Amino acid sequence: MITVFERPQSLTPAKTHYCPGCTHGIIHRLVAEVIDELGVREETIGVAPVGCSVLAYNYFNMDMHEAAHGRAPAVATGIKRVHPDKVVFTYQGDGDLAAIGTAEIIHAAARGEKITTIFVNNAIYGMTGGQMAPTTLIGQEATTAPSGRNAETQGYPIRMSEILATLDGAAYITRVSVHNPQEVAKAKKAIKTAFEMQLAGKGFSLVEVLSTCPTNWSLTPLKALKWLQENMIPYYPLGVKKALEEVKV
Amino acid sequence: MAKVLMKGNEALGEAAIRAGCRYFFGYPITPQSELPHYLAWRLPEVGGVFLQAESEIAAINMVYGAAGSGARAMTSSSSPGVSLKMEGISYIAGAELPCVIVNMQRGGPGLGGIQPGQSDYFQAVKGGGHGDYKLLVLAPASVQEMVDTMAKAFELADKYRNPVMILGDGILGQMMEPVELPEMKDVETLPVKPWATTGAKERTPNIINSLFLDPEELEAHNLKLQAKYEQMIQEETMAESYQTDDAEIVVVGYGSSARVAKAAVDQARAEGIKAGLFRPITLFPFPKKEIEQACRQAKNVLTVEMSLGQLVEDVRYNLEFRVPVHFYGRVGGMVPTTRAVLTEIKRLTQGGEKA
Repeated sequence: MITVFERPQSLTPAKTHYCPGCTHGIIHRLVAEVIDELGVREETIGVAPVGCSVLAYNYFNMDMHEAAHGRAPAVATGIKRVHPDKVVFTYQGDGDLAAIGTAEIIHAAARGEKITTIFVNNAIYGMTGGQMAPTTLIGQEATTAPSGRNAETQGYPIRMSEILATLDGAAYITRVSVHNPQEVAKAKKAIKTAFEMQLAGKGFSLVEVLSTCPTNWSLTPLKALKWLQENMIPYYPLGVKKALEEVKV
Repeated sequence: MAKVLMKGNEALGEAAIRAGCRYFFGYPITPQSELPHYLAWRLPEVGGVFLQAESEIAAINMVYGAAGSGARAMTSSSSPGVSLKMEGISYIAGAELPCVIVNMQRGGPGLGGIQPGQSDYFQAVKGGGHGDYKLLVLAPASVQEMVDTMAKAFELADKYRNPVMILGDGILGQMMEPVELPEMKDVETLPVKPWATTGAKERTPNIINSLFLDPEELEAHNLKLQAKYEQMIQEETMAESYQTDDAEIVVVGYGSSARVAKAAVDQARAEGIKAGLFRPITLFPFPKKEIEQACRQAKNVLTVEMSLGQLVEDVRYNLEFRVPVHFYGRVGGMVPTTRAVLTEIKRLTQGGEKA
């Protein structure tokens, strides 16, 4: 018998708490597959955030550290400085990374911390009930922006990857999506490159993954994927924002 | 080993290294800056890491990460900076990780001032961050005692898997005294931490966490923490009693205030007043048995603080309100004088005007 599909070693058999149609599951799997392929599961320490992926430590089958809201890059810095030979990654959402943890991510990147960040951007606070996120699009409805985000009073969504790409300490910054199988394949390649950058000691690496939240967007899973494609990608263009010459992808 | 003359903050830094600490994460703030200045050059010499973080919050979270992955790690700050660290401290206590936090207190509230203070007693001893947690709080009163306290702090942190705070003040950090430094601890001999995140090589994964969504589990976790704090109360109290055997008035103070109080006690004795000093060295756990013993003859107790009455509450509580406990304090960077404390001692023993 030939095994054609199985759970990556880097995922536990735990049933996740994610809502139906949420793309966190895909992104978890991609990270786990990459860690398996690189053969570093036993050398990896992951840092879970606060937000929908707060329980990521139950899903990744490796040493995990649950951080406070937004502080994952600081926690990862502490771990990596103690264990420079280990692989350290953070898995963070957009409220965590682009609002309460903006300082931590900017400075981890600026210091060139040799860590990898998986940044899941679904333009909303999921766990706490669909509030407006720093990445919520203009006009997009949220429980704290019931008439849609108004630029006049609520400002503009932040493009974190573009900001981080300006920093000299960043080795690899890219934005991908998981709204169709082709993009999922590209996302996996990007995640692998990001981990390889860390293994090569090049500096800070981050993959922003555009993700859906059917529950809080009040859309079916399929419509959510379409909404991502039609609304998020024009504002958050996909592609590499920064890559050191030698690993350009 | 011969004694060397060192500034308090620098001596603390050297003591941390000799206690096996190789990781310091901090943010600049007066009056503790000599500690990071010292470690910035000294830690790399011994193969350690000094990292100036982007904020106090980031610094304590770096300690959280480093402690979780098995290292002896520390941070230091002063009052407003320690307030910012409270989130991280609560997480570290909740996740049961060992680390050392130094607070060289200055005057508050708010930005306060940069001169010495002791008005963070409640914050250090009663919580400060959210949730039912306790820090082990150590209050040295000399540069030598700060050095000795640092080694003890890391030992206690590891013993209880709990954050330990060294609660100093601007005077202790800034003053120079001769000290005898301990031998350099071999980092290879530090306690093994099988729970740390070091990579799950041939073992099940370790998870550092303070989240328990199941209320029963969270209650059980809290009760486990409480049992640990109870053990600290039983086993870890430290105090100095000076001239208390026959004391009719016992002056109580910690840190720099205790030094002033001790001088006042000596002067009172010279004038024939049966005065004594009680100095808690652990503020949590509070040395209840020791203070009861020290105050058994006392008709009056007087706390001397650089705050407007914080330690006094624990003194009253631990003496179970059986003796009148009075208070004298100065704040804002003003330091109680020996003369003023002596005046209070005389007023309480002989009557007269308040200092």
